[in-house]
Amino acid sequence: MKYETQKVALPFFAVAMALFALQIVFGLLAATVYVAPNFMAELMPFNIMRVSHTNLLIVWLLIGFMGCTYYLMPEEAEQEIHSPGLAYVQLAIFAFAGAAALVGYQFGIHEGREFLEQPFWVKVLITISYLIFLFNTSMTLLKGRKTAINLVLMLGLWLAAVFWLFAFYNPSNLAVDKLYWWWVVHLWVEGVWELIMASLLGYLLIKMSGVDREVIEKWLYVIVGLSLFSGLLGTGHHYYWIGAPSYWQPIGSIFSTLEVIPFFAMVVFAFYMFWKGSRNHPNKAAMLWALGCPTIAFFGAGVWGFMHTLSFINYYTHGTQLTAAHGHLAFYGAYVMLILGVMTYAMPQIRRSQPYNQVLNMWGFWIMTSAMCFMTFTLTFAGVVQTHLQRVLGMNYMQVQSQLDLFYIMRLGTGVAVTLAAIMLIYSFFGPVREQVPASSRPLAATE
Amino acid sequence: MTEGLTKAAARNIFYGGSLFFFLLFTALTAHSHWYMVTKSTDSEGLTESVELGKHVWEENMCINCHSIMGEGAYFAPELANVWERYGGHDNPEGARMALAGWMRAQPTGAPGRRQMPYFDLSDEEMDALIDFLEWTDSIDDQNWPPHPAG
Repeated sequence: MKYETQKVALPFFAVAMALFALQIVFGLLAATVYVAPNFMAELMPFNIMRVSHTNLLIVWLLIGFMGCTYYLMPEEAEQEIHSPGLAYVQLAIFAFAGAAALVGYQFGIHEGREFLEQPFWVKVLITISYLIFLFNTSMTLLKGRKTAINLVLMLGLWLAAVFWLFAFYNPSNLAVDKLYWWWVVHLWVEGVWELIMASLLGYLLIKMSGVDREVIEKWLYVIVGLSLFSGLLGTGHHYYWIGAPSYWQPIGSIFSTLEVIPFFAMVVFAFYMFWKGSRNHPNKAAMLWALGCPTIAFFGAGVWGFMHTLSFINYYTHGTQLTAAHGHLAFYGAYVMLILGVMTYAMPQIRRSQPYNQVLNMWGFWIMTSAMCFMTFTLTFAGVVQTHLQRVLGMNYMQVQSQLDLFYIMRLGTGVAVTLAAIMLIYSFFGPVREQVPASSRPLAATE
Repeated sequence: MTEGLTKAAARNIFYGGSLFFFLLFTALTAHSHWYMVTKSTDSEGLTESVELGKHVWEENMCINCHSIMGEGAYFAPELANVWERYGGHDNPEGARMALAGWMRAQPTGAPGRRQMPYFDLSDEEMDALIDFLEWTDSIDDQNWPPHPAG
């Protein structure tokens, strides 16, 4: 850690991990209801669990992005953070707004549009906090060195704010409502968030592989170019069946298929840089995440997305468990692993605990990643069976669901494994720092 | 990644190309908006009651169990075509009574069956909600879903 203010990232990471843990708790509850439908039916209906699960994800990812930005910006801009105090204030506002929304949901206080359920005043607080964050980081950037990494990162963060404004628009025409709802939801996760993802990955690769910055930054521009060229019109794959014109079927099919390319490019990018790089960075766990993130993102977002993105296939699969399968692995690979990866790189430096205790973290990586993959497989099988029974044979929804019990039981099992892995990871981030003692000094200590 | 491509060129392609695709996307969205308001949805039939119904739909967060036009949670049946499924095209009064009756009868408490909570809706709200579902059913959505089952 070269700059003192990089430690601003620490409370952001801590809050993000607390919310991540809560997200998993609500996920476990919801997965339990799938297996035992009467579970907590009176106490906390399923919709409350689900809104808590998805909103916690969004909030902790945003706080995680902020933490990553505060950690990265001083090094890239060669400049201390404009105002650490403002960063803490901004975090407090954001965390308060998130917590207030979560508590409100338990009492049925919300706006009731999927993912944008936050009450109006919470949305306003989120906007204020986010604007303070943008001001603080942009000021740091303006005063300092401009690199492709921090420029693309800031562009992604600013555009996320611009598209967020559509969350405030709720027309009474349901079709029009959906048209612009996707301007937030799709343009975030399949658009500008990819700018954030690619630049953070690029940062990790520069630090760990030792490959020349010029090469990495050229790749970065190519990748984010591919993301937006495909991702903007790729929104069309959400416009097939909501009352939009039929031209979205060819446009959405073609461009959302192309969305796979930037994800594939990121896999090649990461592996090629590590292969080419001369530096043998000691933080092997961070290296694992930096390679794992684009790989799982490629499968989760790329392959699993492509699986049901063509309009003539989507006609049958739209809104089945296949969508849930894709959603889980895509978010995990592209964004959860990204933040966990940056944290794995940054935390030992923030805590000055080199050399790192990495074994636990790497166990966490493998258990969580394989559990998320298995969860995706179970939901994929459930989705295929559901598609056939319900969309091809025309069987009643509830009857079809009763055929899927086995998959839901296995999915709950994978959720338990994810929980264990999360505990391991959080302990590896925040638990006691292990001191490395030379082997020869141990017997002496024992005899005393 | 050819040697010929410089970082500056890659950057310019990124900015220029993104702007081009953004403008194209904006134009198509504007056209889709116009198409929805004038062709695919019943703008004249979008009464105050339908509007209130959408509000009731949101206030009770139906979207986090059900899906509507395939979007939402996948925990409970699709509702964009529930009007058709309840026979509303042939017998609107019957469908209206059946839908209201079903919602008023929740939760069933049947063991091993997913439970829908009881929502305390006034007669006006219930009517509005059903108007909203009926209006949604009338959207020209390229004949999705493939079966009335949803």
